[in-house]
Amino acid sequence: MISASDYDFFAAFLKQRSGLQLSNDKHYLLESRLVPLLRKFELADFARLAQVLREGGSPLISDAVVEAMTTNESLFFRDKTPFDDFTKTMLPALHASRAPGQKLRIWCAAASTGQEPYSLAMLLDEHMAQIGARRVDIVGTDLSSDVLERARGGRYNQFEVQRGLGVQQLLKHFSKVDDWWEVKAHLRAMVEFRKFNLLEPYHGLGTFDIIFCRNVLIYFDTPTKADILGRMARVLAPDGYLVLGAAETVIGISDAFKLLTGHRGTYVHHAAHHAGHPGKAAGAGHGHGHGAGSHAAPASSAPRAGPAGLKPPVKQIGS
Amino acid sequence: MKTCLVVDDSRLVRKVARNILEGLAFCVEEAVDGQTALDFCAHAMPDAILLDWQMPVKDGLQFLQQLRASDGGALPKVIFCTSMNDLDHIARAIAVGADEYIMKPFDADILREKLEAVGLVGKEPS
Repeated sequence: MISASDYDFFAAFLKQRSGLQLSNDKHYLLESRLVPLLRKFELADFARLAQVLREGGSPLISDAVVEAMTTNESLFFRDKTPFDDFTKTMLPALHASRAPGQKLRIWCAAASTGQEPYSLAMLLDEHMAQIGARRVDIVGTDLSSDVLERARGGRYNQFEVQRGLGVQQLLKHFSKVDDWWEVKAHLRAMVEFRKFNLLEPYHGLGTFDIIFCRNVLIYFDTPTKADILGRMARVLAPDGYLVLGAAETVIGISDAFKLLTGHRGTYVHHAAHHAGHPGKAAGAGHGHGHGAGSHAAPASSAPRAGPAGLKPPVKQIGS
Repeated sequence: MKTCLVVDDSRLVRKVARNILEGLAFCVEEAVDGQTALDFCAHAMPDAILLDWQMPVKDGLQFLQQLRASDGGALPKVIFCTSMNDLDHIARAIAVGADEYIMKPFDADILREKLEAVGLVGKEPS
């Protein structure tokens, strides 16, 4: 059992380190996620773990606690709808509005073990005829080095490849390597994985045409959500798209974005005038650079200062 | 109510599959080998078939080839459910007419997703 004072300490620690909001009814969650760490680090009980964190002498254990508490299941083509929107709405509109040869950039802001960026890579491979020779770069970021290492490897077990993936996609996009299913090399080459804290400065990332940031904001308090949305608005092209989780919204949090009418979970800049279907996107013919800070965000999306040191949560598959 | 024929020589697998499928509102029938399954289909074609590969009398691949060549045999959605978990076996199954493929061991989520993929179960709200 975790004592009340230790629970409060863990909650404050996680808020400071990851932005995670741990309400008072999460004792079971906290205990179930931290028990494996007691065994792993040979600690007698939760009080001892709290003591180690208070003393601050073990970054390894501190990171492990943050990771254990901020992990989530990750699936290929999770929720399906955003991926339909990606191929039917976003990709055609952006392809039509960009100059030939200008590459598109996509950011998966909580890439976890890679299922989301690789799902996008598969769709791009399947829709190659739609975008011709246009280059598309996918950047997958996450807080956890371990998770990103798995993502870079692109290897999944048979349970992971059967959730969300159709058999035709499995045959087309994977190779069998021993007991693993490995994403084919040309798809892995489309994705660059980087370790990144969502509350660090974004200027090193460049700008993006689409940002997937699904099921991440739900872990943060409202000021932190607003801060992240403001930062993302600054690195998203004027006619770009922000994709949030189905249970997430910007309403009451940020005025930087508005829902793309008829497309649940897909947002555009508040000042944009997307028609919601190919060929009529705002900014048609308006190219944009991809250098750091190469385009200005709408005035309404000015970022607010974020608390220093906060880290975003990560998602991780339970295998 | 949709009908699913579970074709597997393992009583345990049939029982597990029955529990999951009945939870998804399927009427479940069982066959212990490919020939028994063909006899069943000649009498009443099911909506779905969950099909093992290695079975006595007539294996899954032989069953599927003969099913697809029979009257009305193109209608059922066939999901191979087998421990033959390599690309070659999967490709062969698809080539002779399987709609989906499940690698054993499987769980309820995977079976539900595959039935959803072939259009026999509604999508879960996201």
